[in-house]
Amino acid sequence: MASKVIHALYIDDDILMDAVKKVRAEHYHIEEVYTPFPVHGLDKAMGLPHTRLAITSFMYGCVGLTVAILMMNYIMIEDWPQDIGGKPSFSYLENMPSFVPIMFELTVFFAAHLMVITFYMRSKLWPFKEAENPDVRTTDDHFLMEVDAGNHDIDQLTGFLGDTGAVEIKVIDKEEDNH
Amino acid sequence: MYTLSNRLRLFSIILMVVGLVGLVVGFANRPGSIEEVKEKMAEHNAHGGGHGESQVEASGHGEEDAHGGDAHYEHVLHQLQNKPWASLYVAAFFFFMIALGVLAFYAIQFASQAGWSPVLFRVMEAITAYLVPGGIIFFVILGLSGFHINHLFVWADPEVVAHDALIQGKAGWLNSWGFIIRAAIFLGGWMAYRHFAVKYSRLQDEDSTGNKWYKKSFKISAAFLVFFIYTESMASWDWIMSFDPHWFSTLFGWYVFASLFVSGITTIALVTIYLKSKGYLEHVNNSHIHDLAKFMFGISIFWTYLWFSQFMLIWYSNIPEEVTYFITRIEDYKLPFFGMLVMNFIFPILVLINSDFKRVNWFVVMAGIVILCGHYIDVYNMIMPATVGGSWFIGISEISAVLLFLGLFLFVVFRALTKAPLVPKGNPYLEESKHFHY
Repeated sequence: MASKVIHALYIDDDILMDAVKKVRAEHYHIEEVYTPFPVHGLDKAMGLPHTRLAITSFMYGCVGLTVAILMMNYIMIEDWPQDIGGKPSFSYLENMPSFVPIMFELTVFFAAHLMVITFYMRSKLWPFKEAENPDVRTTDDHFLMEVDAGNHDIDQLTGFLGDTGAVEIKVIDKEEDNH
Repeated sequence: MYTLSNRLRLFSIILMVVGLVGLVVGFANRPGSIEEVKEKMAEHNAHGGGHGESQVEASGHGEEDAHGGDAHYEHVLHQLQNKPWASLYVAAFFFFMIALGVLAFYAIQFASQAGWSPVLFRVMEAITAYLVPGGIIFFVILGLSGFHINHLFVWADPEVVAHDALIQGKAGWLNSWGFIIRAAIFLGGWMAYRHFAVKYSRLQDEDSTGNKWYKKSFKISAAFLVFFIYTESMASWDWIMSFDPHWFSTLFGWYVFASLFVSGITTIALVTIYLKSKGYLEHVNNSHIHDLAKFMFGISIFWTYLWFSQFMLIWYSNIPEEVTYFITRIEDYKLPFFGMLVMNFIFPILVLINSDFKRVNWFVVMAGIVILCGHYIDVYNMIMPATVGGSWFIGISEISAVLLFLGLFLFVVFRALTKAPLVPKGNPYLEESKHFHY
């Protein structure tokens, strides 16, 4: 079943911000907003939930720290505790200062890389992915708001969007499983 | 305008009186002779204290030729006689370094033309007001120590120097007059910057036509920062590293800087939160607190980085003449030495890592109090092992000295707050700062 969405194009991010606030105040549902650059405060205006990437990063860091400790404890202390230059390899704690640089680096390594991969997975980004851009101009100088027409009166909705400062309004038929 | 409440005035005066009385008690309880030390130690050992052996190990006097007999008790006698002096020194330096850290932060805000901080400038100016009385008191203590009225600096004792070729070799730098003249230059330079920076800030308030005084502030701040980083480094050699004149470390100046910088920033945050809670700082919002907390967090990690770099390099190479510094600390000061790592690193990193927590006042206050206590112990760890060695404990004289200077600090800072409006209205970045939002 096809559904209708409305693409409203704007040429200024301030006007876009105002439009987003007005559309939300009228309880229309914004499907997506496409912008050529990050618009400060747009996520707040759209009412998007806060990202949890930082939390995942903290947990990945803890994993990295654990990996570093277990690895070096096994290699340097348990498996083959040699006397290397008089360093005390009797227990992990006694030789810990020399392990700290590796513990630090692996913590950062895990936290950074796994968070980036999480970001790619959550935002569905990979090489050869087909771009989902509805209008090429939105990567250059136009802003596009996609509003779900739902059961609303199309004429009334396009009129309302025109009043919010849109320079171009298109009604699009969209397949349900498009994304 | 801020008005000093009677309760705060009374509170700070009580702190000063209690601290002073406690210090007098601490000085009066110093053992006068070897016999008294023997008596005290016998009493102590009877209670099962039993760390008599470790006291022998403590170095710093360079005169431990014989371990047996009276030489040992004489050594302990010197340590115990040093104890109230050293606690006075630690507390005087700690509160002075807070004011100095704030001064450096203030200068950086000007030199970097920060847009968020002008609403906090009057708080910073008030905290740096402690630089003058605190600096003068500290200068007097430095003079007394540098001319060997007490026994804090070994290099100031001509008898020790006569038998110590290493200190003789450093006498070109470590001598009483050089020490006191350098201290006068450092303190004089810092106080001069403070005087003019505050003066220009007040003049800028009344100057509605241009930014003449602001530009002057910018210039002297940049010049001060250059002066500061040299003098702070040299001051840390003189005032702290020379307690162990046989030992040296190249990053010591940075290490002390990180300590005073994070203490200063923490104090700004605490005073700001206090004033805000009393309704005096209408333009300060939780984004300003968030920024200060980020600085507390970041500089705490910076301090740890320097602490670890200093410790790990010396531990790793294990060169005997360098490593004694950490051996005495780990053997005699295990709890304060590793405890401060928990307070200055692990606690702030876990509490202040969350962006939301950095906006919650009581979280910042709690972290701030732990950081300040941690850096007091940091200074304590730098100074005490060389002055009282194994005979340390945090008792009446240590706590009293802290109370005395805390009272003085609160009194001076909050009285200075009453001297000028809390909004520096002539600052060109004021509007940006009022609307600062992160």
